[in-house]
Amino acid sequence: MTDSAIEPMIELRNVKKVYDKKVVGLKKVNLTINKGEFVVVVGLSGAGKSTLLRSINRLIDVTEGDILIDGKSITKARGKKLRLLRRNIGMIFQNFNLVKRSSVLRNVLAGRVAYYPTWKTIFNLFTKEDKERAYEALKQVDLADKVYARADELSGGQQQRVAIARVLMQNPKVILADEPTASLDPQTSLKVMEDLKMLNEKHGMTVIANLHSVELARKFGQRVIGIRAGEIIYDGKMSATPESVFTKIYNGGEDND
Amino acid sequence: MTDDSLTQLPKKRFKIINLIWLIVLIAGLFISINVTNTHISVLLENFSQFSDIFVQMANPDWSYFPTVIPLLLETIKMAVLGTIIGSALAFVYSLLIARNIIKNKLVTGVLRFIMNIIRTIPDLLLGAIFVAIVGIGPVAGILALSVFTFGVVVKLFYEAIETIDPGPIEAMTAVGANKLQIICFAILPQVMTYFISYSLYAFEINVRASTVLGYIGAGGIGLYLQQTLQVFDYAKTGTIILVIIVVVVLIDYISSKSREALMK
Repeated sequence: MTDSAIEPMIELRNVKKVYDKKVVGLKKVNLTINKGEFVVVVGLSGAGKSTLLRSINRLIDVTEGDILIDGKSITKARGKKLRLLRRNIGMIFQNFNLVKRSSVLRNVLAGRVAYYPTWKTIFNLFTKEDKERAYEALKQVDLADKVYARADELSGGQQQRVAIARVLMQNPKVILADEPTASLDPQTSLKVMEDLKMLNEKHGMTVIANLHSVELARKFGQRVIGIRAGEIIYDGKMSATPESVFTKIYNGGEDND
Repeated sequence: MTDDSLTQLPKKRFKIINLIWLIVLIAGLFISINVTNTHISVLLENFSQFSDIFVQMANPDWSYFPTVIPLLLETIKMAVLGTIIGSALAFVYSLLIARNIIKNKLVTGVLRFIMNIIRTIPDLLLGAIFVAIVGIGPVAGILALSVFTFGVVVKLFYEAIETIDPGPIEAMTAVGANKLQIICFAILPQVMTYFISYSLYAFEINVRASTVLGYIGAGGIGLYLQQTLQVFDYAKTGTIILVIIVVVVLIDYISSKSREALMK
């Protein structure tokens, strides 16, 4: 990409999260993610990867610190301001989180609701352009033939790609992917990761993905962040990251216990 | 090991207190029989009369049938209206007391308390209350059935809402949707079939309940039931009962078949 644009997209300043006054999710995390980056976050289960991602779009409220999205604080935003900030942040989930009884088209259109006044969405009054757009999005993830299928008729991999089409529809600046491939087989995982790469390269979206698989992390990540026990213990370019770092992230936890 | 006191099953210690409780209970039973003057013979005393009435009812007076039809239709109309009004209220109320929608525990707590009070009132008492408020006639019956339906549907429906998959709610929150949009896109698609099913279930109960509401003046076929019984015209009572049974069975059958189809 153009090297002139090294602008911060997401900034975390002294972010701390404590669950139920005891369990520490994140300890004083400082992190800057620049526009257009493809960042992979690795770490053991329970290390705080999900907490990190979910505090960025405030599905989780942080205990201390501030998070800026494109220069605007999301931790201080309320009501409509918060919703407009969230509109700029797409999310992909481990369990896809589609409405299973709704059609694929409706699931994709759901990504667009924050662009409409409430009453229009309630009566399903999406514009013709947006319906066309949804169809385009489905074409991009190779699911054009499934527009009117019910979401629960699709396989796991297909459902995840519908979720990606939903994000395309939302047209955000940032995509948070929380273990997007954890419930998929290796080949489908590859396909989903390639779709995420497409969003990053073709649409210029900043991607932050939590991954379990070191192999996928190596293949797709430009930058890697290692998390252990709520702290960032590694942050560097993927190409310059030796294997030993992954060993440390995944096995180093043992001597900590 | 040599201690053989443990090789045999030890005898359970006899507790004198248990025997005393047994004696107290039996004595209490006999005392209460005497005080309330309830004897099993009372049940059998009227048995000959029962068979007599039964024979009369078993020969229904079919000439009475055309007279029954208008009030039968009124009964069904009452049930339909009561179900629609009650279910609509229950729909909105359920959204307000489901803890995965409204996070404020004070609001849900107070609203649930009100719901529980409404649910404790039986349908006939509701009928009597509304007859006192709006006077004799089907309006009282419709209001009674509405409140009764509300009680049935609200409980089942809010529990269904609370058991949905929270994933889509999270996804809609993440796209920047507001509360109403979350309800429309993430919650309702998951629970609409339940709502329709519970409303049909309430309708089944209402058809049965509405047949007796007329007894207390709240409209419907119950009025004739009361009139014929009062003048000991059991042949006509028999006609009414038969008609009610046929209608109830028919509606139950259609309703439960459609509920089955919905849940697929």
